Amino acid sequence: MSGVRISLDQGRCIGAGQCALTAPQVFTQDDDGMGEVLPGREDGHGSPLVREAARACPVSAITVAED
Amino acid sequence: MSDAVAFPQDRTCPYHPPAAYGPLREARPLSRVTLFDGRSVWVVTGHAQARALLSDPRLSTDRTKESFPTPTRRFKGLQNRRTALLGVDDPEHNAQRRMLIPSFSVKRTADLRPRIQETVDGLIDAMVAAGPRAELVGAFALPVPSMVICALLGVPYEDHEFFEAQSRRLLRGPEPADVEDARHELDTYLEALIRRKRTDPGDGLLDELVATRLETGETDIEELVSLATILLIAGHETTANMISLGTFTLLRHPEQLAELRADPSLMSEAVEELMRFLSIADGMLRVATEEIAVGGVTIRPDDGVVFSTSVINRDEAVFPEPDALDWHRPTRHHLAFGFGIHQCLGQNLARAEMEIALGTLFRRLPGLRLAAEPDRIPFKPGDTIQGMVELPVAW
Repeated sequence: MSGVRISLDQGRCIGAGQCALTAPQVFTQDDDGMGEVLPGREDGHGSPLVREAARACPVSAITVAED
Repeated sequence: MSDAVAFPQDRTCPYHPPAAYGPLREARPLSRVTLFDGRSVWVVTGHAQARALLSDPRLSTDRTKESFPTPTRRFKGLQNRRTALLGVDDPEHNAQRRMLIPSFSVKRTADLRPRIQETVDGLIDAMVAAGPRAELVGAFALPVPSMVICALLGVPYEDHEFFEAQSRRLLRGPEPADVEDARHELDTYLEALIRRKRTDPGDGLLDELVATRLETGETDIEELVSLATILLIAGHETTANMISLGTFTLLRHPEQLAELRADPSLMSEAVEELMRFLSIADGMLRVATEEIAVGGVTIRPDDGVVFSTSVINRDEAVFPEPDALDWHRPTRHHLAFGFGIHQCLGQNLARAEMEIALGTLFRRLPGLRLAAEPDRIPFKPGDTIQGMVELPVAW
């Protein structure tokens, strides 16, 4: 799980919270309910659930890029 | 192509898709069905295609469009009526949804868990005191989500008999006039409530919206009433059906139930699998605004499209042995909450309510059983949200 770069497009986000539910070590929701990557966890924190979270996002707001 | 299949149809068993949908499963990922008025529309039955199409802005959910399909005769009268959230496209939908998102986040929902637990405990205490028999829909399945959504919105629960009865008429009629009148009754009730909140605020979500969105001009009273109506109905009808039908389904699967009782940590996966297996909102509707090539067919502008979630969620390409209730499978990618921008706003709240309600019910009443012949217990017809009409139980 090394060498990934995770980003979340808040412009697309609808606040369903599926990222925070699936991979809470990497994603959270801000005060407006919008998804965000936890600071310092943009590398996925070695979590195998990051790709699951990206697939669970109903609006494809999450990108997992190979570094 | 299976043009002859009528949609929707009644289930033969309350927890399986209608037997008559067999040809739709054979004809994945898309085929044709005929609605009550003779109109032929596309039915989406493949999981991958459903994900793509539910995310496709060329499909509209605007019910005021002339070509928007009507699923059942009694909803004719609601055509041309604006419906917030589930009846509007972006960007209007996005503006409405953003006002509500903070209240339904994973964290805010987790904060509600103690209150949900307290509600569930109180209702089971009352059942035990009056037991050892109960009609579970009226004693438990309906009041749990009804009390929770009332507290969340700031709607007085003492009005529950009124709004539950109107919701039932709005969803089930039987006549078109019932549906129109029920919508009018609910709108009138909620408008009066919202107007009262302007001068006498409480601490619910509606109070917050009045203070921060209505008084600032970001929304108007008509939109707020429409949002409140949707939240109140969606907040109790759907979860109530999942609790009643989920209980019935578990009691009809004694092996799986025994496993769940022995290991309550399985409850969250069990709820997810029950969502997939039961797919109670079966038949989400859209209309095409442009041409769309998908799954080997071409959807044309003004074509109606219906998503049969009960068939989609049994796509063996994603869920091997789909007709088995099995929470050891990866089940989370079911589409029972929908997908795309309209995916259920209250899904995290619904999950919490189902986990706590079903978990506590089976823990507190270890002898829980059906108190009538299973095939004589009435369940809902195919043209509404699926669930039990009544559920006689004993313990």
